[in-house]
Amino acid sequence: MAEAAQMQVSDEVAITINNMNKWYGTFHVLRDIDLTVYRGERIVICGPSGSGKSTLIRCINALEEHQQGEIVVDGTLLSSDLKNIDTIRSEVGMCFQHFNLFPHLTILENCTLAPIWVRKIPKKEAEETAMHFLEKVKIPDQAGKYPGQLSGGQQQRVAIARSLCMKPRIMLFDEPTSALDPEMIKEVLDTMIELAEEGMTMLCVTHEMGFARQVANRVIFMDAGQIVEQNEPEAFFNNPQSDRTKLFLSQILGH
Amino acid sequence: MPTDTSVAFVRTAEIPPSPPPASETGIVKWLRENLFSSWGNTILTLFSFWAIYVILTATVPWIVNGVWTTSSLAACREVLQGEVGACFSVLTERWNQLLYGFKYPVEEYWRPNLAFLLLFAAAAPVLFFDLPRKLLIFTALYPFIAYWLIWGGSIMIPIVALLGFVAGYFVFDRFGKQSFAQGFFGAIVAAFVVWWLGGFLIPDTEDTLLPAVPSRDLGGFMLNMMLGVTCVSLSLPLGIVLALGRQSKMPLIKGICVIFIEFIRGVPLITLLFVASVMLSYFFPPESTVDLFLRVVIMITMFSAAYIAEVIRGGLAALPKGQYEAADSLGLDYPQAMRLIILPQALKISIPGIVNVAVGLFKDTTLVSVISMFDLVGMIRGPILASTEWNGVYWELLSFAALLFFIVCYGISQYSQWLERRLATDHR
Repeated sequence: MAEAAQMQVSDEVAITINNMNKWYGTFHVLRDIDLTVYRGERIVICGPSGSGKSTLIRCINALEEHQQGEIVVDGTLLSSDLKNIDTIRSEVGMCFQHFNLFPHLTILENCTLAPIWVRKIPKKEAEETAMHFLEKVKIPDQAGKYPGQLSGGQQQRVAIARSLCMKPRIMLFDEPTSALDPEMIKEVLDTMIELAEEGMTMLCVTHEMGFARQVANRVIFMDAGQIVEQNEPEAFFNNPQSDRTKLFLSQILGH
Repeated sequence: MPTDTSVAFVRTAEIPPSPPPASETGIVKWLRENLFSSWGNTILTLFSFWAIYVILTATVPWIVNGVWTTSSLAACREVLQGEVGACFSVLTERWNQLLYGFKYPVEEYWRPNLAFLLLFAAAAPVLFFDLPRKLLIFTALYPFIAYWLIWGGSIMIPIVALLGFVAGYFVFDRFGKQSFAQGFFGAIVAAFVVWWLGGFLIPDTEDTLLPAVPSRDLGGFMLNMMLGVTCVSLSLPLGIVLALGRQSKMPLIKGICVIFIEFIRGVPLITLLFVASVMLSYFFPPESTVDLFLRVVIMITMFSAAYIAEVIRGGLAALPKGQYEAADSLGLDYPQAMRLIILPQALKISIPGIVNVAVGLFKDTTLVSVISMFDLVGMIRGPILASTEWNGVYWELLSFAALLFFIVCYGISQYSQWLERRLATDHR
């Protein structure tokens, strides 16, 4: 599985991050981040809380501003120009820890809203696409309901479908399973695995090490705002180099 | 547990269902639970019965013995011969003054009546959004129709006013896509050009299809309704703009909104109304006659918009940050995110607060009686109570005013509760 997935990675660059720094006030959250993501890569980012992993992927679609260095997403340089930001955001899908579905809209409306208003796709076509992706995440029968009527796992799958409806070229996952009951984690991970198998470029902040082993082609370990170690999953888990990584792995895999 | 007794048990005969004891059903149970559940509650219940009895014995004869057909308070007293009774004749004799003021021409009463009826048709698609959206065209035309019906005069005035808005809309639609500021200011310029040019089209003749009625001739409950409806419908959009402006990242816009809101909220409405009636004329050129009605509308609108802005700011603050982020991450731009995601939710949260302001505003329209406009309260305190026939009829008149206001305010409250139920999608 891991080898098969690796073969899908192309040498076309999807994201380049060059010497990027970010501060919250005077607090230096991200320090000298250098990262190149190739199309089709599935990268898992892990690390202790407060290490800056969420901030890193939120910088990629400009939910957070970086102060130094450059981020190039899909050939577009991230700057304060709003046009660039909106272009990048419509190419990059994002799933949040707390789903952030729109509670005043039905599941179907959640999925069609952005395609209709941002992509200017006719309503009918957008609904067909939405139903296609809702079928893919296996909840087409919930289309008419409101988010509040769904379980956490279902809501997260809707959130994934909502992002996919924009036909993004890159997907960002910000701890998608951390707010879920253990039983629901699997259904969300299954959806993500399926997505990975189709060759989607993915960056996942997650603590699901099983997922990392099965799907990722690269694991990045962050601490104190820096990339401490990155490697292929096998090597990363079986033969970590840094002491910090060893300590972290012993803590999360120890039980 | 003693070892010689067994815990095993097998039921052999089924127990048939039986009715509950009499004290646990029907009216007895209800009385026991709700009125006489303890000594304290029993005493309170008996006291309440006594209070209700006292109030009813005082008011019912007063209403039932009421006199409806005399032409003065003295005549009422003669009919009553010292018995307790209301003198409702003031309502039957002066109803037209209470509703329309004392100067609005009697033969033109059909015009405000028609405008009032059309108000329902115009408000329906806004209030009940399940109705077809095409009805909103009539809502957009309604202010101009209502203006022409109530004030009369040349039909060119509302038509030119409408054309100015239409021109502004087209300019905004054409240029607003490239740059919001360009479209916005272009629209304002276009509207003023049309109004200035249109000014030459308005004939000076007195002879018009509907005779002109000047603003100072408006009065009674009609004036309260006009002020209430106009100011509520203007202050809601203005309040939304102010609330969003206060959240703006641009310091100038934010500063203007904060100063406006804090200043207007920190000043009593009555001083603003005095400014409108007395002070504003110092700022306008002497020959300009900005209508008193318009000046009052501007002041009340600004006043309630400041309150509504703060209510909506509460709603905006109550939304989780994730909603903004989700809208952003899908590539929606600011106007789309606000219109489709943020405001529908924030306004829903703000409904009770907005209704609070709207009801308060509607009742505050009676304050215009202080600046010598003859609204319902102004009519009662002025022409009616000052007349020799009806001097001293306080209860009947003020109860009537209270009843009219109660009907409208209760209606608003019921609507808002329906709206909250209709919009409930969170399934808590």
